[in-house]
Amino acid sequence: MVKSKIKYDKATYLRWYETMLQIRKFEEATLIAYGQQKVRGFCHVYIGQEAIAGGLVSALRKEDAIVTAYRQHGIALCRGLSSKSCMAELFGKATGCVKGKGGSMHFFSNEHRFFGGNGIVGAQIPIGTGIAFAEKYRGTDNLCVTMFGDGAARQGALFESYNMAMTWKLPVLYICENNGYAMGTSVSRTSNIQDIHKIGLAFDMPSEAVDGMNVEAVHEALVKAAKHIRAGKGPYFLEMKTYRYKGHSVSDPAKYRTKEEVKQYRDIDPIKITEKTILENSIASEAEIKAIKEKIKVEIAEAVKFAEESPLPTADQLYTDNYVQENYPFLT
Amino acid sequence: MARKIALRDALREAMSEEMRRDENVFLMGEEVAEYNGAYKVSKGMLDEFGEKRVIDTPISELGFAGIGVGAAMNGLRPIVEFMTWNFAILAFDQIVNNAAKTLSQSAGEFQCPIVFRGPSGSAGQLAQQHSQTFESWMANVPGLKVVSCIDPADAKGLLKSAIRDSDPICMMESEVCYGDVGEVPEGEYLVPLGVAAVRREGTDITLVSYNKMVKTAMAAAEELAKEGISAEVIDLRTIRPMDHGTLIQSLKKTNRMVVIDEAWPFSGVSAEVAYMMQKHAFDYLDAPVVRINSADTSLGYSSVYVEEYLPNPTKVIKAVKEVMYVNN
Repeated sequence: MVKSKIKYDKATYLRWYETMLQIRKFEEATLIAYGQQKVRGFCHVYIGQEAIAGGLVSALRKEDAIVTAYRQHGIALCRGLSSKSCMAELFGKATGCVKGKGGSMHFFSNEHRFFGGNGIVGAQIPIGTGIAFAEKYRGTDNLCVTMFGDGAARQGALFESYNMAMTWKLPVLYICENNGYAMGTSVSRTSNIQDIHKIGLAFDMPSEAVDGMNVEAVHEALVKAAKHIRAGKGPYFLEMKTYRYKGHSVSDPAKYRTKEEVKQYRDIDPIKITEKTILENSIASEAEIKAIKEKIKVEIAEAVKFAEESPLPTADQLYTDNYVQENYPFLT
Repeated sequence: MARKIALRDALREAMSEEMRRDENVFLMGEEVAEYNGAYKVSKGMLDEFGEKRVIDTPISELGFAGIGVGAAMNGLRPIVEFMTWNFAILAFDQIVNNAAKTLSQSAGEFQCPIVFRGPSGSAGQLAQQHSQTFESWMANVPGLKVVSCIDPADAKGLLKSAIRDSDPICMMESEVCYGDVGEVPEGEYLVPLGVAAVRREGTDITLVSYNKMVKTAMAAAEELAKEGISAEVIDLRTIRPMDHGTLIQSLKKTNRMVVIDEAWPFSGVSAEVAYMMQKHAFDYLDAPVVRINSADTSLGYSSVYVEEYLPNPTKVIKAVKEVMYVNN
């Protein structure tokens, strides 16, 4: 990207940079809080994969829906959920985006059309297909971005969903974030088909691989796919080749891969590369970059402070949001 | 005014009336449209509502149940038909992990107003995989409501309530009862969820049942009447939430109870009923609550196995006499 022609305006580059940096700093703060046992449970961070979230910010409309798996903090943030409400959720606080009911794996926001946060590998693939079904049913031109990892690409739910989405020409944009490992099992060990986008070809679904470490490439692929979908031509499948620098979850030391492999990806870190592009092409000044860094540092510090100072939910909240029906007769 | 129609027609009326009332209601499942339903429940609905709202799916229970969940989260009110609940096992991830939990894990940001419906229970010599009941499986899960009823009038009113309800609902029907004819009122009516029905009044013994075992209970009650034993028969109609009040009320009168439940005995609906009665009506019990279930085995194909496996009036009468301390 550094040497390439500059195709987008300053605001776009800065927006990408700020989105990716916000996610990175949020996740770094999350790991610190986890180490302090302020965040508990299963926790999967997004560090390394931020270019995909960056592209989503510039390529989607706010009316578009999105659903993803449990590595979701960055996707929630890029959809506009506040870092305060997300951090408070990780802390299990009443001020969290879902009142301390979801934790790290289950953020939701109707306002931001963010449908979670699903903890069952691949379960969100039919759900995203159904969200898209509803958009088509109502006759909108919104789409549903349905994200999943390379591990989920091996679930039967994917094949059932792709088949129906293509048959019914549903407005769904499937994104496989292929970070190389399904927990500790490499892509090459899970299937004879290692180019995951080729799975879509079995359904005649337009399917492509994208450099998921490059925000500009991600943006361009998403724009193209979204245009196809909004034209009523049905689903599109993008395999984002990406990488997570950390283990599968906080408890995973990631001993199944080499330091050299991790370094190879850190060298093409999407935030570092974007910063370099901005500065080397004088898209923005060093002072402006510094100001963004400072702004995010303050924002994340405030989010942690907010989470720490927020009240815990009250125990009676366990009984709310189980049924829409009021006064449901729970057994005691 | 009432007319006599079959259960399948009553269920179809419920769906069609609700689809006329609310654009967001649609039906999807295997063979529901062009084939007119595997059991003809949806006969004619494609003609009236078109392929946008009456949708044939491929054989992909997990996939189309999940599409239903996503559509419900995004504002529609799907009716998802399973050809049988036995096949819905493939979709349990979507029912249990998503439909039931959407409201809780999103803290109310998203609702999941969906009805999963289809036949549950044995239907002749269908052997191990096609003869199971699912009420207790689904009723174990907070977030779901479970309806199980084969009375045509009540099933219609319950299904209409279920479609309008904003919680996810599992509706259990019966393959062998779709042709059962009953009086069904003309015009608009609802039957509320969570309320049991007294099918026959009696004073000596309370027989508690649901779905097609209500017919077994009624047959037993008739036989018992000939011997001077007055049995009250209660149809639970809704399994979750369960109407314990009606059961306790009856028990206070009869002091004895037998539960007739087609499910397996372990951790089933019958166990739940018995627990609730000893907990809340212990002082009114003159004998332990006894249950008649299907055998604690898988169901084999031969008619001999079917006969041995299922509850029947003879087994019920024997149990009634046991709790009444009556000698044959």
